Amino acid sequence: MEEKISFFKRPAIQTLLASVICAVVGIILGYIALYIINSEHAADSMKALLVNFFKFRVVKGPLLMKNFGSFLVKSVPIILCAEAILFAYKAGLFNIGVAGQYTVGIIASIYCSLALGWSWPLCLLAAILAGAFWGFLSGCFKAFFNVNEVIAGIMLNWIGLYICNIVLGRPECMNQSKSETYDLAANNPDALLPGFMQEFFGNNKYISIAVPLTIIVAVIILIVLNKTTLGYELKATGHNKDAAKYAGMNAKRNIILTLVISGAIAGMAASTIYLTGIENFKIASSVPGMGFNGIAVAFLGGLNPIGAIIAGLFVEYISLGGQYVDYNYYSPEMADLIISIIIYLCGFVLFFRSILSRPGRVKVNANAEPDDTATKAEEKEV
Amino acid sequence: MEDYVIEMLNITKEFPGIIANDDITLQLKRGEIHALLGENGAGKSTLMSVLFGLYTPEKGVIKKDGKEVKINNPNDATDLGIGMVHQHFMLVDIFTVLDNIILGSEPSKFGVLTKKEAREKVLALSNKYNLKVDPDALIEDITVGMQQRVEILKMLYRDNDILIFDEPTAVLTPQEIDELMKIMKDLAAEGKSILFITHKLNEIMQVADRCSILRKGKYIGTVDVANTSKEELSSMMVGRDVKFAVDKTKANPGQEVLKVENVCVKSKIHSNDAVHDVSFNVRAGEIVCIAGIDGNGQTEFVGALTGLDDISGGKITLCGKDITKKSIRYKNTHGMSHVPEDRHKHGLVLDYTLEENMILQRYFEPDFQKCGMIRKGEMRKYSDKLAAAFDVRSGQGAKTKTRSMSGGNQQKAIVAREMDRAHELLVAVQPTRGLDVGAIEYIHKEIVKERDNGKAILLVSLELDEVMNLSDRILVMYEGEIVGEVDPKTTTLQELGLYMSGAKRDNGKEAK
Repeated sequence: MEEKISFFKRPAIQTLLASVICAVVGIILGYIALYIINSEHAADSMKALLVNFFKFRVVKGPLLMKNFGSFLVKSVPIILCAEAILFAYKAGLFNIGVAGQYTVGIIASIYCSLALGWSWPLCLLAAILAGAFWGFLSGCFKAFFNVNEVIAGIMLNWIGLYICNIVLGRPECMNQSKSETYDLAANNPDALLPGFMQEFFGNNKYISIAVPLTIIVAVIILIVLNKTTLGYELKATGHNKDAAKYAGMNAKRNIILTLVISGAIAGMAASTIYLTGIENFKIASSVPGMGFNGIAVAFLGGLNPIGAIIAGLFVEYISLGGQYVDYNYYSPEMADLIISIIIYLCGFVLFFRSILSRPGRVKVNANAEPDDTATKAEEKEV
Repeated sequence: MEDYVIEMLNITKEFPGIIANDDITLQLKRGEIHALLGENGAGKSTLMSVLFGLYTPEKGVIKKDGKEVKINNPNDATDLGIGMVHQHFMLVDIFTVLDNIILGSEPSKFGVLTKKEAREKVLALSNKYNLKVDPDALIEDITVGMQQRVEILKMLYRDNDILIFDEPTAVLTPQEIDELMKIMKDLAAEGKSILFITHKLNEIMQVADRCSILRKGKYIGTVDVANTSKEELSSMMVGRDVKFAVDKTKANPGQEVLKVENVCVKSKIHSNDAVHDVSFNVRAGEIVCIAGIDGNGQTEFVGALTGLDDISGGKITLCGKDITKKSIRYKNTHGMSHVPEDRHKHGLVLDYTLEENMILQRYFEPDFQKCGMIRKGEMRKYSDKLAAAFDVRSGQGAKTKTRSMSGGNQQKAIVAREMDRAHELLVAVQPTRGLDVGAIEYIHKEIVKERDNGKAILLVSLELDEVMNLSDRILVMYEGEIVGEVDPKTTTLQELGLYMSGAKRDNGKEAK
């Protein structure tokens, strides 16, 4: 009785197609923006952006691999943020608080490593717990006071940011002369995440176990969501809270648990960058964009844990490419603009998908039951 | 030549892969009541959507008064004088009756409402057709029957002369249904043409002049109601003979399974109790039915019984154990099965597949999980077994998303799941809501089979036919209280109606 679905009508293929369309349209719009500002150099700049660090392939030596390594290192946190978001999203929660959970992850990573002098496993664990706790707060608001997780999340983002500025602004962490936190490698090398295949990546000292860890996290999420009773329960609660209650599930516990897990992943994301030494924290006036970019990545990846890895790599690739745009002709903000356009377009994945999956030009039937046509489809197939 | 006011000739509407309307012809005579009969998914809604310009048919023409017309959107339909009373009323609760009637075609002068003429017109119509309403009452304060009259007045106010009633009796009491039937006859006598969508055969026999039958998107035929019988209509509708009377032997009640003592539930809307001091019992091997008009505390009572809502007083005992304060999970695993009133809200996770829904309350049992991993093979086997046993049909078998299944099959899936789970008590709320005769017959048979297997069954239903046919004892609920217990073998629909509307209650007291 199983119907053969044509290749292009398969949900997975449609999601993939929609994501690719978004990426391509984003690049085209970016090109148009470049063209409007300076038509002469638009093509060259776009090419430089897309070729990116692969231009080093002509250079002898390990420069290409080294850049490739840094690219991976920088992709990790955005991928993890996307995983955090899609996990909550699959369980029916829009965890915009990932940004704040990421921020408290930064606090824990840096404070524990620099001020307390802990070694990396403890620092990593602290970051995960900090993120989880921030998620727990948002979950409690949602479960017990019915505060929308988006509102609670946004509030907690800012609270997290200010705590972060206060705690990391202290002299134990902040190098006042450079107005950024101390170098981890110089002050507490024990806290650096262990290296991973650094020789292969041209002795890139930032490549750490965070890279394989990210893949493991993605696979675990995939398994939890699709194969376990926990995933079954969380998704049921997300899809239909009332039916979950009817089935005897504890909806409140599930809401909190979802946000705790999501927050833990976001906290871990922070440690994958601040425990590698690739970047030091600077006092910020706004919540780190990582959590928000994670939303776009999660959608671009079709809300699939593996898709999020690919989408995260793409977005980071474009971000890196921005620095290869010729600043003689374009202001440095140009790179950010193009990235923003592309990321913005990523948000349209669901829109493109809905166009692709539309059966034909049918007007919306406001009166019929929602499952009317489907009902008939089913009747016919039987 | 016949005087047809609306003709839909050879309408074909295809959706990808299926034909929802296959060469359907529907001719409505001036001044007649024409019933449109068909199971769920037979194509009634699609046909009406075509008439209202929501779908464009691939083939076929629509004629008004013999002239071909194009209906591209609902406004075109309104201009042609076609109006519809929807199954779920389209009224603004906090507006008055008058405001609701003029909504969408408000008379105004220089942007200021001029309601005086409108009021006169509404009152005139209301007198002419005997549609009693108070133009200044708020919709939320009036009864469902009155709200329906407002809907009818809305159509008349717009001078519609083709009136479509979409399953109008689902929410009414027997008395209100009689009244509606009379109104419909009056309207027809005044020259209005009525299209009456329903799957209740009694009503067709009672008011309709002719009846067109659809089955699985195809036109089966049009018959004169005077020359046909319920049996013929139903076999045309489902394609086989259907039995109306439920075959059942005398009940043979055993031990008490459920005991409800003085249960109270607080109302979420007002300060009074939604359920007040309800006591009764259900024994093994009997079907006890709670009858009543929608909104008299049945939903709240079932909520308290099953654990979906909080209970504010009283005691509930199941198989000798006090379950008053127990969790839903405890009740689920200690002998209670529950076919919920709202299958979309509670009964199913619509975005889950059929197989995932089949284990909704059992996913944590060793049969279906090992070390926290769902045993997909077992789940599939179990789902296929239930689907086969209960004839649940779905496009892609166990992998079908329940959202894409028909209402009847969704309901059958829930009934299958609840009956197969270990239980002593089955709480079935509106188990046949919105289903067609074929599916109703099937579910009724299964419920009787349950009873004969010695299970206790608590049925909550708004359908009086179901109440009368199925139950061994009937409790009538009115304003949150059990006002009477009657024996279905000795009572009449009229008596039941009196209890349901609060006009009569036991212990000899007549209501004020």
